[in-house]
Amino acid sequence: MNKKESILKKPAMQTFISSLACIVLGLLAGFIVLTFIDARGSGKALLDIIRNFFRYPSASVALKYFGNTIVKTAPLLMCSLSILFSYKVGLFNIGVAGQYALGAGLALYAALGWQLPWYVCVLLACAASSLLGAISGFLKSYCNVNEVISGIMLNWLSLYTANMLLTIVKETTSPYTKNIVNVNQSALLPNMGLDKLFNNNQYMTIAIPLAIILAILVWFILEKTKFGYELKATGYNKHAARYCGMKEKRNTILTLIIGGALAGLGAAMFYLTGYEQWMCTQSSVPGMGFNGIAAAFLGGLHPIGAIFSSLFIQHITEGGAYVDKTLYCSQISDLISSIIIYLCGFVLFMKLFLNKWLTRRDEQKGGRS
Amino acid sequence: MDNQYAIEMLGITKVFPGIIANDDITLQLKKGEIHALLGENGAGKSTLMSVLFGLYQPEKGVIKKDGREVKIQNPNDANDLGIGMVHQHFKLVECFSVLDNIILGVEPVKGGFLQKKEARERILELSGKYGLKVDPDALIEDITVGMQQRTEILKMLYRDNEILIFDEPTAVLTPQEIDELMQIMRNLSAEGKSILFISHKLNEIMAVADRCTVLRKGKYIGTVNVKETTKEELSRMMVGRDVEFAVHKEDRTPGDVILHVDGLTVASKLHKNNAVRNVSFDVHAGEIVCIAGIDGNGQTELVYGLTGLEPLKAGSVTLKGKDITHASIRERSISGMSHIPEDRHKHGLVLDYSLEDNMILQRYFEPEFTSRGGTLRRSNIRSYANRLIEQYDVRSGQGAITKARSMSGGNQQKAIIARELDKKPDLLIAVQPTRGLDVGAIEYIHKQLVTQRDEGRAVLLVSLELDEVMTVPDRILVMYEGEIVGELDPRTTSVEELGLYMSGAAGKGAASDSAAAGPDHTKEQEEVLHE
Repeated sequence: MNKKESILKKPAMQTFISSLACIVLGLLAGFIVLTFIDARGSGKALLDIIRNFFRYPSASVALKYFGNTIVKTAPLLMCSLSILFSYKVGLFNIGVAGQYALGAGLALYAALGWQLPWYVCVLLACAASSLLGAISGFLKSYCNVNEVISGIMLNWLSLYTANMLLTIVKETTSPYTKNIVNVNQSALLPNMGLDKLFNNNQYMTIAIPLAIILAILVWFILEKTKFGYELKATGYNKHAARYCGMKEKRNTILTLIIGGALAGLGAAMFYLTGYEQWMCTQSSVPGMGFNGIAAAFLGGLHPIGAIFSSLFIQHITEGGAYVDKTLYCSQISDLISSIIIYLCGFVLFMKLFLNKWLTRRDEQKGGRS
Repeated sequence: MDNQYAIEMLGITKVFPGIIANDDITLQLKKGEIHALLGENGAGKSTLMSVLFGLYQPEKGVIKKDGREVKIQNPNDANDLGIGMVHQHFKLVECFSVLDNIILGVEPVKGGFLQKKEARERILELSGKYGLKVDPDALIEDITVGMQQRTEILKMLYRDNEILIFDEPTAVLTPQEIDELMQIMRNLSAEGKSILFISHKLNEIMAVADRCTVLRKGKYIGTVNVKETTKEELSRMMVGRDVEFAVHKEDRTPGDVILHVDGLTVASKLHKNNAVRNVSFDVHAGEIVCIAGIDGNGQTELVYGLTGLEPLKAGSVTLKGKDITHASIRERSISGMSHIPEDRHKHGLVLDYSLEDNMILQRYFEPEFTSRGGTLRRSNIRSYANRLIEQYDVRSGQGAITKARSMSGGNQQKAIIARELDKKPDLLIAVQPTRGLDVGAIEYIHKQLVTQRDEGRAVLLVSLELDEVMTVPDRILVMYEGEIVGELDPRTTSVEELGLYMSGAAGKGAASDSAAAGPDHTKEQEEVLHE
């Protein structure tokens, strides 16, 4: 066996290669779709998406817009952490979208309706979302209801609960909630000087370092602690977990509670910056939760990988806004970024492909020797 | 052209990365003979069969059918050449009838409609000709394992297969059913079918085969006429050294009662009746008690009840005088119960965990492995695992960090045994500990069980293997339909007597349900009354 082969066989390397391949494939597919719609501007449009804020010649302006991308990366990272944490325990927490929506609802209502300070809002959002997780977990453990089914159902329940709740605190003339900045400044997440670093981008808050710390914490819990050992054992083989006396039902519920808390935290981290207001008439859950799934897989289901994949996906999503609207209709940006994100989810598939190719190559080598 | 060989595999070599699975192997199957293929796990039997079925392409060697060279690219080619196989795990559709299963894939059709009448006639004719008793309309899920196997054989015959491969066919059968199968195989060969019989059970090979080809570690060792050889010689060829068949153990007087089971009843998951019904027995320190019986007579549920994997419906379990009827699995484990589970992949191991993480599965929470802050103490885990690996000779590719999934079945089992025995349990429950293992590993595990006994531990062995039931334990309890129908002494009983109890023809099951009972049952009852 030569050196090159052994590198290709390293799991981390395989994940990295697969992720890169997915990104290239996604961009290619996006390019093809753009060409089909209007060949004249497809190259430039794709470039616009990739360039995102780099389009601004002035470094300081670019920095400010880079900040905007990061602001939205924090909640995405939290959602993808929620997904990958439960995935490691053998659960597919598709309820992350609803947990995110309800978290947003509670955080904003606590801020606007009850005029509470930011840390209470954050805690309330976490509590509400973990309750949702607990429901899914309980149903899974004791009634054998698949967490995907209960998660999807709860997604709708939470969306309309959030809409209903936030209608109370919305602007009279628009479907959007009131701006926290005007109503309750104490509910805004503290900046801790980060805004200065990014050319006075007031949305830069403690949410960003907090999200990164949490990613590291998730990694630490999964890899280094007894708790993580138990959770992963339950995920890999719940029969064996039960056989050796682990409480696999409790572990399932606990996992979804933590998953919910992460998603709720993500929602609070975003909406309590005042960057965006909730639209109370929206009829689908925010895409953040679902994008979290793509980010989790693109990051190779590794918490640290998720940091970079979240940043990339958010970058593409933001970049979509710069596509030339005279050539393409305004939905095109969403479409293209969705295609790219969609293909980003194929990492595991790519890995399989890579491994098959490696085995075949080995077999042929063995044949010749 | 007259050729005496139905199929010939000449100089087959198949290489996988890092391992030569088949190294210049020759297998010649004469027409109408029963040819045994013998070898330990990992000797290359499966690879050779996969080559024959076109699943792998060999690097070297040729396959000849009736003296003519053939290329087998995929299983369809094999099928066209008349090669059929009964797999160890049957490939039947549970909710289909016997008839539907036999014609599956080769259904006789006229204008798009199934012609089941024709098929039925043909099946009945075949089943009469070879003595394969089946009920064509019974559903697979309702019939015995023996009949399922006959269905598989009929499947091959229905397809006019000339070369029949049996992959360890006796593993799931009762002694009586094994005899029947042997007779069927003789009938088939008398009718001119050529049979390849894969096994590592020497008694059966001696009983039925004409010739035997032995493989060891991917190499061809030789082909012998069974009439001119002995069991000892075959085993030496297979393992490469002398193997002890007898389990050496000295008589010992059992000590105190370690496990006391009283009126144990466990509900069944499959049907409304109880899987285990009012079972009572004791296991003493320094004795091996074996629960014998045909698969599916409540042994699994009994063990689940004892270990806490399933709740009890009635009855009590006492370990060393402590009532553990309602104790959790973890509490039982800490109280001194070890459990070598029936299914090592389902319960025994987390296959995607490393070997070292599997070694601490029962004690990861102890201060040796988890710090007070809740983090794992990796270096302690590593050295603990390394100690067990050395002590119990667990072999793996990369030592402690090998993924359990990539290890061989024998070494996976050794890892479980190491983990369970190192707890120094008062009671060891070993469920089919030698299932699917080769003679070398079986010998090792039997020695370990006897050692446990000699060190004064109580051992409850659940086994389906007759050889094991007859040689390892000090006492045999036979289970039939959820009840203990007899207690036998392995020194005085015979395989035939054991078989009668196992099939319900003797003991409690044979008599009417409650009143009349065999002598063994009375003894059992008395024991209970004395408590």
